Amino acid sequence: MRQILRPVIALAATLSIAACATTGTDTDAEDEDPAPFASTYTPRPSTPTLIRNGTVFDGNGAEIANADVLMRDGRIVSVGQNLSAEGATVIDATGKFVTPGIIDAHSHLGVYPSPSINATSDGNELTQPNTAEVWAEHSVWPQDPGFLRAVAGGITTLHVLPGSGNLFGGRGVTLRPVLGARTVQEMKFPDAPQSLKMACGENPARVYGSRNSSPATGMGNVAGYRQAFANAARYARRLEAAENGEGEPPDRDLEMETLAGVINGDIILQWHCYRADEMANAIQVAHEFDFEIAGFHHAVESYKIADLLREEGICSMMWADWWGFKLEAYDGIRENIAFVDAAGACAVVHSDSEVGIQRLNQEAAKAMADGRRAGLEISRAHAWTWLSRNPARALHIADETGTLEAGRRADVLIWSADPLSSYGVAERVYIDGALMYERGAQRDPPSDFELGQTYTRSAQ
Amino acid sequence: MRLFSALLLAAALATPAAAETVLINNGRVVTNGAAGIIENGDVLIVDGRISAVGANISAPRGARVVEAQGRFVTPGAFAAMSEVGLSEISGSGAPNDADVEGNLVSAAADAGRAFNPNVTAIPVTRIEGVTRAAIAPSADGSIFDGRGALVSMSGAPDSVFRERAFMVVELGETGAGRTGGSRAALWPAFEAALRDAREYPGRYRSGQGGAVLNELDAAALQPFANGQGMFLVHVESAADIRRLIAFKRNNPRLRFAIHGGAEAWQVANELRASGIPVILDPLVNLPSSFERLSARLDNAVLLNRAGVKFAIAPAPGSVDAHQARLVLQLAGNAVANGLPWDVAFAAVSRGPAEIFGAGNLGRLERNYLADVVIWDGDPLQVTSAPTAVFIEGVEQSLTSRQTQLRDRYNPRNSRR
Repeated sequence: MRQILRPVIALAATLSIAACATTGTDTDAEDEDPAPFASTYTPRPSTPTLIRNGTVFDGNGAEIANADVLMRDGRIVSVGQNLSAEGATVIDATGKFVTPGIIDAHSHLGVYPSPSINATSDGNELTQPNTAEVWAEHSVWPQDPGFLRAVAGGITTLHVLPGSGNLFGGRGVTLRPVLGARTVQEMKFPDAPQSLKMACGENPARVYGSRNSSPATGMGNVAGYRQAFANAARYARRLEAAENGEGEPPDRDLEMETLAGVINGDIILQWHCYRADEMANAIQVAHEFDFEIAGFHHAVESYKIADLLREEGICSMMWADWWGFKLEAYDGIRENIAFVDAAGACAVVHSDSEVGIQRLNQEAAKAMADGRRAGLEISRAHAWTWLSRNPARALHIADETGTLEAGRRADVLIWSADPLSSYGVAERVYIDGALMYERGAQRDPPSDFELGQTYTRSAQ
Repeated sequence: MRLFSALLLAAALATPAAAETVLINNGRVVTNGAAGIIENGDVLIVDGRISAVGANISAPRGARVVEAQGRFVTPGAFAAMSEVGLSEISGSGAPNDADVEGNLVSAAADAGRAFNPNVTAIPVTRIEGVTRAAIAPSADGSIFDGRGALVSMSGAPDSVFRERAFMVVELGETGAGRTGGSRAALWPAFEAALRDAREYPGRYRSGQGGAVLNELDAAALQPFANGQGMFLVHVESAADIRRLIAFKRNNPRLRFAIHGGAEAWQVANELRASGIPVILDPLVNLPSSFERLSARLDNAVLLNRAGVKFAIAPAPGSVDAHQARLVLQLAGNAVANGLPWDVAFAAVSRGPAEIFGAGNLGRLERNYLADVVIWDGDPLQVTSAPTAVFIEGVEQSLTSRQTQLRDRYNPRNSRR
């Protein structure tokens, strides 16, 4: 029994040190000297907005009929009936649905952008099994046309990860899908911690085994994790000792910095792991070296160990129904998300796909419906927690977004119809209270790449 | 308890129901035919075929009556492109009969002779309301991927109901990649292959050999090169589609359908005039390749408006062995983007049957094969599922390996 989901207070403490601590520079310089690659994101201009008379899912599992949502200065002010606000822009949502924005905790947008050619295959540094030193954000191409499509599907936050070919793939980054962003820094979610992407299973063993190098097996994978963390623990101790005036700090080592960040809790761990037994082994590694796992990704077999995942406070990032494409995905079932949720563990719907990210609401709808058929009671507002609140927890940004609680960032969607269906589409997407996307509005594509192409000339 | 259900299951699997006389009573019957959707309609199944459809059909003596209670009753869905039955697990180095590597055969590859009706993906697919599929291999030795087959999801030994139903050929970026990296070589190679096939066996017996095809592939290609079978052509860009239309104009006896067609909306009127149907994926809206730069979400809507015949299936590159069931979600998304519901449903049932020439499937009309599904909701909604599936009049088990796993780990059943 290690921990239940982190309380929000603890999250806030983590966030406040994350931005500087993860760079490995000293914490005193924070004010004058921003950390390298720091976020330069600024919310788009917004007006106070009152969304009136919609069916509201609050992100915490409640559905409120005929409710209003008031946003001001980029934040949620309140949710309730018959709100009024002097001077606010009023949007009539009668017959429509209002939800928190969708958060995809597993995306490769930007690092595997469209179009897919050799030059854009930028997400897997397959040169050695431990590339903890690389950062996905340094591969993100802000012109990826996928960002526009994701926003149109209701995405307001996404976590972009390196691929899963290595034991340690590198650092992931939490982004805002800012349309028209020129730099990745303009997209970085302020103060969100970076992650370390690790991988279990078949991918690293295949990539390196086929080169006759380690890891070639599951046991090689685990040995690789343990040796790296043993080395990193020593690095972290030497760093700490030097800070306390005992000895010289070690030479700067970017790979070690990332792993030490995980041990210190400054960097959250997102671990690609399909099989229940491999997740259990991963948990043992975390216990041995005393770090926490934020989430298992793909987690096709989480339903088999939902009790363990609840006890450990680890989120599962899952597809609704992908299965069979590998042995480690063979036991996928349509009820995985619902069963994990029913056990009281943290269930998250993720995409890992530039197509799937456009309609994660439909994936949640499938999981809800299949869970109900299996005898579970799941309200649609509860199912929405898999799309916004729970991924916010898994990314340690739950005190900033993921629900419509007062004070949260106003990441809000207005849907044409019930979004837990095939037919509901996002009509308006607000990020920090600003309208980022409006369905049907005729605009040039925000990606420079798409300008001047036939789509642009003929789409109208 | 677990043992008991396992025994029940074993019994159910061991004794598949025979084709019986069934009256499905009082459903929302989607006929896919002239009668449209019949509210409070009945469907009578006799000897594996639809015997009657309409209001107030009385049950013949001995008929089993299934009350549909106003629910949707539809033809079974037809997955217009799939690799179902060609592997148990597609990756991980497990055997995958969809992938044909090397130069031994390409056009001669024959999916129907690789199909295994016992793979677990078939019940997984069937219980979601998909009763038929078109399957094809993907060879990489030439621009021809091989010959596709039409299969039933019954799991029965005779599931392949049409072998060598179509020939898959790559005439876009993928094809160019197999002819030295350029379309400049692609079309001459295609034309040379057609000549090799038409001149089979003469030029091979004479010792001259083929210009581009080996003897096996030339023999396999021959009927298609002579207009006796359909080419399923993978093209995406408007420019490639136009080249195909022009080629068809000069070779009117050859039969073509397009798979992909991401930019088909740009040439919709020319496509209608050509009579070439399109199997498209309504989720393709990214410029994921340079031949799809103008992909857009309402491709199906625009083709429908122009009168182009089309079906809905996963795009080339998304076709797989395990998720044929998702064709209904694809069609639902086409509805969300403006396609009329009945057109979208037909595009995953009647449309594929017509494109592949399976003229006795895809409708609930007299004498059509009785592939019938009763649903607990709108079949194009991701939240819906079948409550009964009939294939040629035989009611199918709704159990799969996945439902067995579900029942083993269901928190409602066990106290783990």
